[in-house]
Amino acid sequence: MRENSPIRLERKHPCLQVRIDEARTEMIPNTLKKQRISVLASLARASKDACTPILVILLFAVVFLSIAIGAVEISPLQSLAIAAQKIGIALPFNFTEQQQSVLLYIRLPRVILGLAVGAALAVSGAVLQSLFRNPLADPGLIGVSGGAALTVSITIVFGEIIGLSNVFKPYFLPFAAFFGGLTATIFIYRLGRSKNSSNVATMLLAGIAVNAFAVAGIGLMSFFATDTQLRNITFWNLGSIGSASWTNLTVAVPLILFSVVMLLRRARLLNVISLGEAEARHLGVNTERLKREIVFFVALAVGASVAVSGAIGFVGLIVPHLLRLTTGADHRFLLRNSALLGAILILTADILSRTVAAPAELPIGIVTALVGAPFFIWLLLRKNV
Amino acid sequence: MFEAKNITVKIGAKKILDDVSLEIKAGEIVALLGANGAGKSTLLKSFCGDVKLKSGEIRVENRSLNEWNYHELARKRAVLSQHSNLSFPFTAQEVALLGRNPHIRGTESERDLEIVRAALETVEATHLAAQIFPTLSGGEQQRVHLARVLAQIWEKPENDARYLFLDEPTASLDLAHQHLTLQIARRFSQENTGVLVVLHDLNLAAQYADRICLMKHGKIYENGKPSKVLTATNVKKIFDFEVSILEHNGLPLIAPQAANYYK
Repeated sequence: MRENSPIRLERKHPCLQVRIDEARTEMIPNTLKKQRISVLASLARASKDACTPILVILLFAVVFLSIAIGAVEISPLQSLAIAAQKIGIALPFNFTEQQQSVLLYIRLPRVILGLAVGAALAVSGAVLQSLFRNPLADPGLIGVSGGAALTVSITIVFGEIIGLSNVFKPYFLPFAAFFGGLTATIFIYRLGRSKNSSNVATMLLAGIAVNAFAVAGIGLMSFFATDTQLRNITFWNLGSIGSASWTNLTVAVPLILFSVVMLLRRARLLNVISLGEAEARHLGVNTERLKREIVFFVALAVGASVAVSGAIGFVGLIVPHLLRLTTGADHRFLLRNSALLGAILILTADILSRTVAAPAELPIGIVTALVGAPFFIWLLLRKNV
Repeated sequence: MFEAKNITVKIGAKKILDDVSLEIKAGEIVALLGANGAGKSTLLKSFCGDVKLKSGEIRVENRSLNEWNYHELARKRAVLSQHSNLSFPFTAQEVALLGRNPHIRGTESERDLEIVRAALETVEATHLAAQIFPTLSGGEQQRVHLARVLAQIWEKPENDARYLFLDEPTASLDLAHQHLTLQIARRFSQENTGVLVVLHDLNLAAQYADRICLMKHGKIYENGKPSKVLTATNVKKIFDFEVSILEHNGLPLIAPQAANYYK
């Protein structure tokens, strides 16, 4: 069929034929090939559309599981009843005082923090990958988290000297972390991109350098630290959402929520900048402003996460990758789904970290690294970069 | 009209462009020809604001290029770069849809999708629409990028004039698609689009360009109608290569002289 279309005829004498036959645009669409493609395309679209609802359902399941599992068991119905009682509705499910306080003061803040941190890290990973045009970017790997961790350590140790009392510390830490994360991101961005093209090796090496510097700095801080401070630094540095309390939620969660929403709103522009900066400019994007905004919001999201949960690695690497494999690269789906899957992953890792060595608790950063590091190696082997 | 007024571009101490002036009017195809390193791509990039000028100015419709905002300009001027790679699994259709960016507020409309389909059809890439872009061959990727660029200026803007900048658009294309690309450029130019195209194939330039601009060592050596510019002497001067100029359908046809073949 294609052989008989006017294009083929026209092509045999390209020199003679200067004008393009206007009619040809009407000729092609009715071929069988196109119909088959539209079926394939609608299948792909269906998986795209189905992904978000599936993730939402999974997320609810993990949230209830996360609340239920622990030294004190709380069933989903009981947790509903406790929540309902809080807003003045009595449901016919019995629960104890102890269950109520465990839910309200331990499990719930922990779940909320897990949701926020997971979403922040996964979305930041996806956004950084688009900015660097490099699927191996991750807030932990390229040193954003490291930079944030360093400033947090400095604050923990020297905060008392400059008279930062424990009352203000939870409010101050996220901003200190933000500052560290921002500095690291700008540094890596400047280093890792040479004239319009992103350079994988330079970016990863810059990340190594920043991380090495951060580790050294944190080591130095440990040297100066008192015993209590040292414990704080060490545990927090391994990553955990166990320190969640309503106090540190009130600062970190709004900051994370705000920056994640701002990043999600830039999804379409992130699609454009995936083509490269010059191309994005040709397509009408103010790339300088977009880059500044992205770096700012990523540093804010990662900084706030690191301040409350320490350095949890690899989430930003794994989540966007899995999603690109299933639903493609369009950031309008990718970012939204990354937020959901990131939250699911963190809560799952948290459940594991609480149950594997119960009653002791593994730091969650160890769990994500145990899964993430082999994943990273697999990626390197597969991509052959 | 796009005008380069006495522009000079330097990288280090080396002058890549040396006091170059060139104008591109809506409705004409201008082909840039020259040896490697003559400054063709740099001149094209200067028109698009991608290169820092040492001196001189680019003017677009009587306003300095710097006074235009990106968004306003992107609605009437599209650029096909020489190297653009994409490391994420976008589909070909999604890539072409990115061309509609300057026209989209929020989400794309049915009209945008129609334009994308038509643009893909124009470059004969309809069958690639649902395929993953990084898995396509070099020539296929180039056609999809061309579709993206066409989708960007598919509709006439308020004052009618559009501009298309193509940097070696035929580099990895087969014979038929090389001609298709320039036929498309021709069709757009007939609808009041100014086209600047960097080419290496003198015959393609001879057949399709309204004006040919020969470049040498960062300067414009000759600028005018194909039949006037493409002489054996000029080609020898520019490329240091002996050719004979024949005539085919009233247009110059450039053939290498037999002595140039190693037998």
